[in-house]
Amino acid sequence: MVLGGENTLSGSAPTANGHVKESNGFIPHSNGHVPQYKDDKIKKMSQESFEPVPLLVACLTYLGYGMLVLFGYFRDFLRKSGVETTHSTIERKKMKDFVPLYQSFESFYTRNLYTRIRDCWNRPICSVPSAEFDVSERVSDDGNWHLRLTGKSRRCVNLGSYNYLGFAENKGPCADAAAEALQQYGAGVCSTRQELGNYRIHEELEETTARFLGVEDAVTFGMGFATNSMNIPALMGGKGCLILSDELNHASLVLGARLCSTVIKVFKHNDIEDVERKLREAIINGQPRTHRAWRKILIIVEGIYSMEGSIIKLPDFIRLKKKYGAYLYLDEAHSVGALGETGRGVTEYWGVDPRDVDIMMGTFTKSFGAAGGYIAGSKRLINHLRAYSHSTTYACSMSAPVAQQVISSMKIIMGEDGTNRGQLRIKQLAANSKYFRQRLVEMGFIVYGNDDSPIVPVLLYMPAKIAAFSRELYQQNVGVVVVGFPATPLVESRARFCLSAAHTREMLDKVLDAISDVGDRLQLKYSLNSPVKAVSAEECYSQVDSLAHKA
Amino acid sequence: MAVEDVMVEPWYMMQMVQAFLQAPVYHIVIEVLLIVWIIGLLFSKSYRIQERVQLTEKEKEDLLAEWKPEPLVPDTPEDHPALHPRVVSGKAGLKVVVDGKECLNLATLNFLGMLGNKRIEKAANTALYKYGVGSCGPRGFYGTVDVHLDLEDKLAKYTRTEEAILYAYGFATIASAIPAYSKRGDIVFCDEGACFAIQKGLLASRSKVVYFKHNDMEDLERLLKEQAKDDKKNPKKAAVTRRFVLVEGIYMNYGDIVPLPKLVELKYKYKVRIFIEESASFGVLGDNGRGVTEHFGVPIEDIDLISANMEMSLASIGGFCCGDSFVIDHQRLSGQGYCFSASLPPMLSVAASEALRIMEEKPGIFEELRTRCQWLHAKLSSIPGLKVCGEPISPIMHLQLAAPSSRAEDTKKLETMCNECMNQGVALTVARYLEQEEHLVPPPSIRVAVNVELTEDDIDHATAVITNVAKMVL
Ligand SMILES: Cc1ncc(COP(=O)(O)O)c(C=O)c1O
Ligand SMILES: Cc1ncc(COP(=O)(O)O)c(C=O)c1O
Repeated sequence: MVLGGENTLSGSAPTANGHVKESNGFIPHSNGHVPQYKDDKIKKMSQESFEPVPLLVACLTYLGYGMLVLFGYFRDFLRKSGVETTHSTIERKKMKDFVPLYQSFESFYTRNLYTRIRDCWNRPICSVPSAEFDVSERVSDDGNWHLRLTGKSRRCVNLGSYNYLGFAENKGPCADAAAEALQQYGAGVCSTRQELGNYRIHEELEETTARFLGVEDAVTFGMGFATNSMNIPALMGGKGCLILSDELNHASLVLGARLCSTVIKVFKHNDIEDVERKLREAIINGQPRTHRAWRKILIIVEGIYSMEGSIIKLPDFIRLKKKYGAYLYLDEAHSVGALGETGRGVTEYWGVDPRDVDIMMGTFTKSFGAAGGYIAGSKRLINHLRAYSHSTTYACSMSAPVAQQVISSMKIIMGEDGTNRGQLRIKQLAANSKYFRQRLVEMGFIVYGNDDSPIVPVLLYMPAKIAAFSRELYQQNVGVVVVGFPATPLVESRARFCLSAAHTREMLDKVLDAISDVGDRLQLKYSLNSPVKAVSAEECYSQVDSLAHKA
Repeated sequence: MAVEDVMVEPWYMMQMVQAFLQAPVYHIVIEVLLIVWIIGLLFSKSYRIQERVQLTEKEKEDLLAEWKPEPLVPDTPEDHPALHPRVVSGKAGLKVVVDGKECLNLATLNFLGMLGNKRIEKAANTALYKYGVGSCGPRGFYGTVDVHLDLEDKLAKYTRTEEAILYAYGFATIASAIPAYSKRGDIVFCDEGACFAIQKGLLASRSKVVYFKHNDMEDLERLLKEQAKDDKKNPKKAAVTRRFVLVEGIYMNYGDIVPLPKLVELKYKYKVRIFIEESASFGVLGDNGRGVTEHFGVPIEDIDLISANMEMSLASIGGFCCGDSFVIDHQRLSGQGYCFSASLPPMLSVAASEALRIMEEKPGIFEELRTRCQWLHAKLSSIPGLKVCGEPISPIMHLQLAAPSSRAEDTKKLETMCNECMNQGVALTVARYLEQEEHLVPPPSIRVAVNVELTEDDIDHATAVITNVAKMVL
């Protein structure tokens, strides 16, 4: 078994990613070996690592879950026989003749696994989620069934919030502009875009977004999730359409596709060969049963995958969609602002024309420190959505101060405020991401994803370590996100670090020390790859330093 | 984040494991034999359902080359109203500046005048300078801010329920809540006049949907009886089929009120759970604005789930569900719009909190609102050529044509009326629907919204303008 093989776009030798098909088969995403890129730079850009789980670790992980399930049954038995008190809520007596609202096997996992470690999620904060934040302390009096706030809080370094460019700020020009918009328009809107909820500020936001992305027009919505779930149906309505969707696509994309009542096919994550195969098959065979030709085919992908830290191989997808006549829907929730020399997202990262992507979608939640989402593209597309989107017709428009936050931050990124502060943020984020990831790799953690991704997933595998990792780092004043089953495959529990331009190198150094320490104690440095020396911090931060000098 | 298919998988696995443990031994032996037999069949080669057509490479390439997709989207008609929206500059309070002209506002759903309230703005402003704008994460991942917990507490206390859960978007509230409970195989009895968000929630749930006639409890009972008959035939299936009734407190599309007491009676008789979407009735009906339950004096415990958005009476953004913890808490791991989306910007949460506090302090406001609704309803009813649809105490009224002709023509007439009223200083809007996608498109109408700050003079003025315009256009 080729342990530690790296999946790279350029991997021309078939053995390079042979590990994907290894007996353990735990890795769901194979990165097919694809077209040879001649360009060295591109080769480097598509460098993505998904080191497979070491066999022993996999066995122990399964064993861990097995124990938890056994204990779960045992405790369920104890609860049933009244030895252990039950803390879960029960339904009113009046409802006892009704069909139960939940089935007991549904709640088995929540009751016996999630509850034990629920303190690792939903931690309340009581400050702005910038580079550092105040996390409220909670305690449980009943074995983690209920968590009570103690009233105290802990100042932690924030590696959990999606604050890529550091615009989560409670002072400065963006906040001031938002306050002004609040004065002018109020907080709510109380109407839809098509009725009386079309504010001047919404139009300004859309003009700015279109300009920022370099496309003809854009339309914006109050929620990123709803941008997907309420607009895909307006594009792929009716019978005879086919949606090809990446297996790791976000829930909102899956929901949007499902609401179309069309055929949905799922392809392997970021696997261009699989897409091509499915696309060819679909066109050749036509619709199921009738074999009539498809009316249109839409490929749905994301820019950066937030659980993997992988970056979409956009040039390949564009080549394919052009070759076969499919349409491409690109969700840039995590990549807009965070990738590219000037923050224009994954199109700029690969140097492709944004107009080659039919539907550019993204959210304002992450890089812009606001909320909501946009769809951008041709005038014709946007006109259609203005008229037929579920959201413009039925949902309340975006709050004005939130819209203003996006406008202000976008202008800073574009340098329209007359400074290079936006540029500096972009460079700082890139340097932070690179530095942080490389140091983790150097320490021997198994780190997933692309070198340029600001999302850095570190594999934890074992269920007990999920909680231990999160709690230990919390004790050392670091707030991290850990994710396990069912949000990831069973054996691929992980911690996910989100870098931000607001982080300083000193902060990251402190955090890295803490992580290394916890990693040693929990034996998390699983990597079997030969150790790689990290690029020096000076090199990582050289661009930032030179830019900062200029300022 | 992982696809929600992954979320669904464990339950099936668990189910399989359980089924396996419970199965008797002979059963397992037979199944194993069956499997061996099937595998044998598969490998016996003689068996082939259908000769597959084998295309040559050339034929395949031709098919690929020949395929021409439809355009991604058709051209939108140049005169579609959405392409020429009215532009609001400034606050949409009782007065609103539309396309540069100041109008009396009868279009935005700002029933309690909370939009434009100084106290709310001040509170939101303070929150903005404490928390920033966005929350930068879903509730699970550091997107829970203390003000969210505070608002959830307040909402639960206000509605006198055990728990409330916040969503960041009004539409997503009920649309996420429904599929959290009702799954494939379950049955939902839904009012055919239900709003679009409910329809989309139902579609996402993949449950069987049975529509009953709008606000017709007899029709509902008839359908429930039919279902009960079917259940008798197949008691095994009936024992695992959850049943729900979905209604609105005040119907957004009709302005009438659900006959709740009768519905609660049916609930216990036929064992169906009641979900109410109360966006237009929360902060409107009842002595304390608690909604349709308070209006009828029905104990709120008899309702399984209440959902409302905070984009009307509370004049903020987002929505909430409330009810027993047993029910509501489930959404914290299963409400898609809750789990997989960034939480509500803290300042908007604070704005809603403050609006709720004002409601608490001024319980008289609801009676005032209803009085205004009744005035306006009476006045509008007297306009020749138009018909008012909705209860007199509903802050949403639909002005329809008394003598309708074709849908397109009627819409055009109403559209013209709105424009003309606007010229004369009264802002109105036609209720917009996606006609192709609605389960049942309501008749074309002007949706009039009542603001508690309307004076008698305002109402007289508005009525005079609408009467004039109606005379001119109709
Ligand atoms: C790929 C993707 N799309 C959409 C969304 C939803 O965005 P929002 O949080 O603004 O609703 C997310 C958020 O996590 C996401 O990761
Ligand atoms: C074990 C476990 N249970 C449940 C969840 C879901 O938690 P939340 O809804 O807070 O994201 C997760 C998170 O990914 C998890 O790892």
